[in-house]
Parts: sequence; structure tokens; C-alpha cells
Amino acid sequence: MESLMAYVVGILFAAAIYMMLRRSIVKLVIGLILLSNAANLLIFVVSGMTRGAPPLLPEGTSAPLSAIADPLPQALILTAIVIAFGVLAFAVVLIRRAYEVVGTDDLDQMKDTDT
Amino acid sequence: MNLELALPILIPLTAGAVSIALWRSVRYQRIVAVLATALLLAASVWLLRSTIDQGFLVMEMGSWPAPFSIVFVSDMLSAIMIVLTGIIGLSIAIYSLASTPKGHEKFGYYPLMHLLLAGVAGSFLTGDIFNLFVWFEVMLLASFALLTLGGERAQMEGAIKYVTLNLFSSAIFLSAVGLLYGTVGTLNMADIAQKVATIEDPGMITVISMMFMVSFGIKAAAFPLFFWLPASYHTPQVAVSALFAGLLTKVGVYALYRVFTLIFTQDVDYTHTILLWAAALTMLTGVLGAAAQFEFRRILSFHIVSQIGYMLLGLALFTPLAIIGGVFYIMHHIIVKTNLFLISGITYRLLGSYDLKDLGGIYKERPLLALLFLIPALSLAGIPPLSGFFAKFVVIRAGLEAEAYVVTGIALLVGLLTLYSMLKIWAEVFWKKTPEHVTDLRRLRGEVKEKHNWAYFVPVIGLAACTVFIGLNGQPIYELAEMAAHQLLNPQLYIEAVLGAQQ
Repeated sequence: MESLMAYVVGILFAAAIYMMLRRSIVKLVIGLILLSNAANLLIFVVSGMTRGAPPLLPEGTSAPLSAIADPLPQALILTAIVIAFGVLAFAVVLIRRAYEVVGTDDLDQMKDTDT
Repeated sequence: MNLELALPILIPLTAGAVSIALWRSVRYQRIVAVLATALLLAASVWLLRSTIDQGFLVMEMGSWPAPFSIVFVSDMLSAIMIVLTGIIGLSIAIYSLASTPKGHEKFGYYPLMHLLLAGVAGSFLTGDIFNLFVWFEVMLLASFALLTLGGERAQMEGAIKYVTLNLFSSAIFLSAVGLLYGTVGTLNMADIAQKVATIEDPGMITVISMMFMVSFGIKAAAFPLFFWLPASYHTPQVAVSALFAGLLTKVGVYALYRVFTLIFTQDVDYTHTILLWAAALTMLTGVLGAAAQFEFRRILSFHIVSQIGYMLLGLALFTPLAIIGGVFYIMHHIIVKTNLFLISGITYRLLGSYDLKDLGGIYKERPLLALLFLIPALSLAGIPPLSGFFAKFVVIRAGLEAEAYVVTGIALLVGLLTLYSMLKIWAEVFWKKTPEHVTDLRRLRGEVKEKHNWAYFVPVIGLAACTVFIGLNGQPIYELAEMAAHQLLNPQLYIEAVLGAQQ
């Protein structure tokens, strides 16, 4: 399972970077979305995937009876998802406004501020 | 429970919330902005004093013992950075009273400014690597919104580059945090530092350290990852530019200092050599880029890049003297750079342009302003007795002692080129005659009612006074930097302060 997920993460990163290198801003934002998902999935995979062992304690015990899944990466991913969601919502609004103001969605046209 | 440790984060957060509650009344928002940033400055000085007295301040969230809780830690470097945040915050808040357009104020300029300060302060104080990511995002989201307030074409183009690059760097950062957690199983920086030292296979750690270097390098605008900075920093209105110029890139530099002195010190030869060459090329490309520019704020933006190189040089040489120099340089640079941006705003106010070709003749009418420009400009170039001289002197001396002659030579050359472009600004903006077409423009602008003029000059004079103060009182400031460097180079002090209290 881990190796399969590792491939998925790799493909997501590759797809994200490919999309970000395209010239359209819409594809740029899609690339950013894929990138944040790839990062989240990476945290999940790298900190060990444990199937069917929720981090819950039976009543009356103070330590787990057997190995349990690590809840921390899930908390991290939850936080990261919320942050990524907020930032991407901003990015979507930004590309809409940018398209309205600049009048194009071609990133190659947006070099007024570069030189 | 150390109240002074929580205040630099609590004050801006509360002020931000209060400002949102006062959404309809710009007047009250302005009052809150000045009061809150003044309080922040006071609290930051308190924090610095307690940190000097106690060495380290540690606060554990919810009183959980250290490796399990989120901790806030203040060492000398953090405390110094927080004081600078307070100084810049107050200057920008006062300056904003005069310079911020009405529309921006109505659409949440002040709440965003407070949020940005909270994010910056949080990044400086947190002792937890994932929390650092969260504070980065708080800061970035506020900066995205501030950058795009107003919605002009240049802002949109700049914002797309800025947002993309920063999100990309955040994704790398997040992945690196995940990999680090998978390797050592903890997020507390002190605990990570302890466990990383015992790992048998350092190859993985070096890979992760490179990811951190790339991510923070993007945020700090180090070579070759700086292109977003000169493309975006000159686009928002000037108080926002100045705030970004002073604080945002320095958060990246701070993060590099933190992780490359505390956590990733097992393969110094490899990582710090890369940093060394990155620093040299950052200085060089930044200053050469600046030499080619003819727009006031773009020149200053490129100079941010080149100055970042000096700070990285301090870290890369990794000797006590070099770290002292780096910390000193950060202190000097934040004040000077913000000041220069604020002055560019005043000249814009006077002549209605940022283009050097459209500016001129200010010396004749406003000699005081011209003098005020010379103080930070010469300080940036490193002319004694201003703050930049001592900062550069310490870094270069450290370079010579470490026998990194090529890099030190580059640093000296960059100092000269900085002087050249500062003199270019001086000659073009203040000395040469006002171009014909501008005199007409000014007559038009003369009809605009001047109000709150004092708010332009109070922060500029204050920051110039700070620069002169640092220049004339090099010794005590140097001692602060020395304490910071001592703590940075002995990570076990940090580890003991965070983890030792419980054991």
C-alpha cells in the first residue's frame, strides 16, 4: 500500500509541476491545487499508514493495547487542508480579478512588472 | 506562563479582531492601529528585556510537557526580531494614516496589517516546525490580500507571481515537514534537533535540509529563487511595500538561521557551502539588477535581494563572528530598508512618480528630506558611522577570518555597487533639475489638499534616528547580536531550555 501511494504522490507532484508550467492561469491554479494535495498525501504516507487501527483507547485503559495509527499526521493534514483551502479560494478570486484587469489568461503576457 | 511571550502575538491578533469589529469606522480603526502597534513595540521591548535576563523564555500550550505540546520559545534572535517587528509595525501604522488611500482603508487595510504582524511575530516565536508553517500561512494570506488591495493591473500581475511562488514554497516546506516527521517522529524543533543528531543515516536528513533550504530560500528571495520579489514588491501602495520590504523576506532569513543552526548541523560542509555560494550570487545578482533599474522602488527591491546575501553570508560562514555579523545586519537592514521605501513614498507624494527620469529637484525645495534620504542610503551602502558600516564590517571581517576570500571580495564589491545605485537615486531624485513635464504635473498635484503631513515624517525621522543610534552605539547592539550568536551556535542551550524543564 505504501509503495502504491508513493507512486501516487510522485505522479501528483509531477502533474502539479507540469500544470504550473503551462501558460494559462487556470492551469496554474489547478497545478497549485494538485501540489497541495500531493504534499498532504506525502505527509500521510511518510508517517506510516496503519490499516484498521484507529487511535482510540478502550474505556478504562490509559494506554493502547496494540499498535495504533498515529493520529498526529492526520491532524497535520487537516490543518494543511484548511489552510490550502483558504489560500486556494484566494487564488481563484485572484485569477478572476487578474483576468478582468489584464484581459488575458496567458501568463506570457503578464510581464509588465518583470523588467 | 510568560505573559510577555504571548503578548507580541496576542496584541496584533486582538487588534485585528477589534478592527474588523469597527469595520465601518475608519477613524477608530486608525486609532486602534497606532495604539496596538505602540503596545506591540512596548511588549516587544519587555520581551527583549526578559530574554536578556533569563536567556530563554518557554511557554507550553495547555501546560503539556514540551515535546508533546506546541511551544513558544524566545531566544535572543527571536526577541531581537520581535523588537524590530514592533518598530516597523509602529512606523508603518503611523505612515499609513497619511499614505493609505481611502478605498484601501475601507476594505480592511488595518485588519490585514495586524494579521500580518501577528503572523510575523508567530513565526519568530514558535518552537514547533509545523506551527512555523501555520504562522507562515497566516502571514502570507494577509500579505496576498494587502498586495492586491486596489486591484491595479501591475498589482495583479505581481500578485500572481508572488502568490504562486509562495504557495510553491509552502508546499515544499510542508512536504519537508512531513518527511522530517516520518524520519524522527516529532515536530518540536528542540526535540527534532536532539533526535536528528542520533540518526545513523544522515543522507536522508541532508535531503530534507535541502528541501528546507529551497523553501526558505524562496521566501527569503535568495539566488536563484528571487525573481518574484522585484516583480511584485513595487506594485502595492507604498506603506505595504515598506512593510513587506522590512519584514517578510526577513522571516525567511530567520527561518534559515533557525533550522540551519539548530537542526541541520550534521553536514555543515555540504549545506553551508551551498549557502555560501547562494549568498555570494544573491548579493551579486541583486546589486547588478538594481544598477539596471530606473524606478525608485524597483531599485530598492533589487537591493533587498542583494542585502539578503549578506545575511546568508553570515549564516553560511558559520563562525561566531559571522553569525554576529549576520544578526547585526538583519537588525540594521530591516530599519534602513523600510525607511528607504517610506521616503520613496514621500517623493511620490511630492512629484507623483516613482520613475527616476520624472523626478528631480527635491534638494532645492526640501533639503531636510534629502538629508533624511542620505542617512539610510549611506547606511545601506556601508558608510561610517552609520549602522550599515558596522554590520558590513563584521560580516566582511568574519569572511576574512574564515579565509573565504572570493566571497568576501564579492561582498566588498557589492558594497561599492550599492553606493553607486544609492548615489544614482540621490543624483536623479534630489540633485538634478526638475524635468519640465513634471513641473506641470506638480502644479496639478499642488491643488490636492495636504493633510497629515506629519504622519509622513514622524516614522521616517524615527527610523533614521534608529539608524544613527545603532551607528553611534555599535557596542551594545553588537553585544545583543553576540548573545544571539552564542545561543545559535550552542543548540544544546536551546534544547535544554525547551526540553530540560520537564526532565
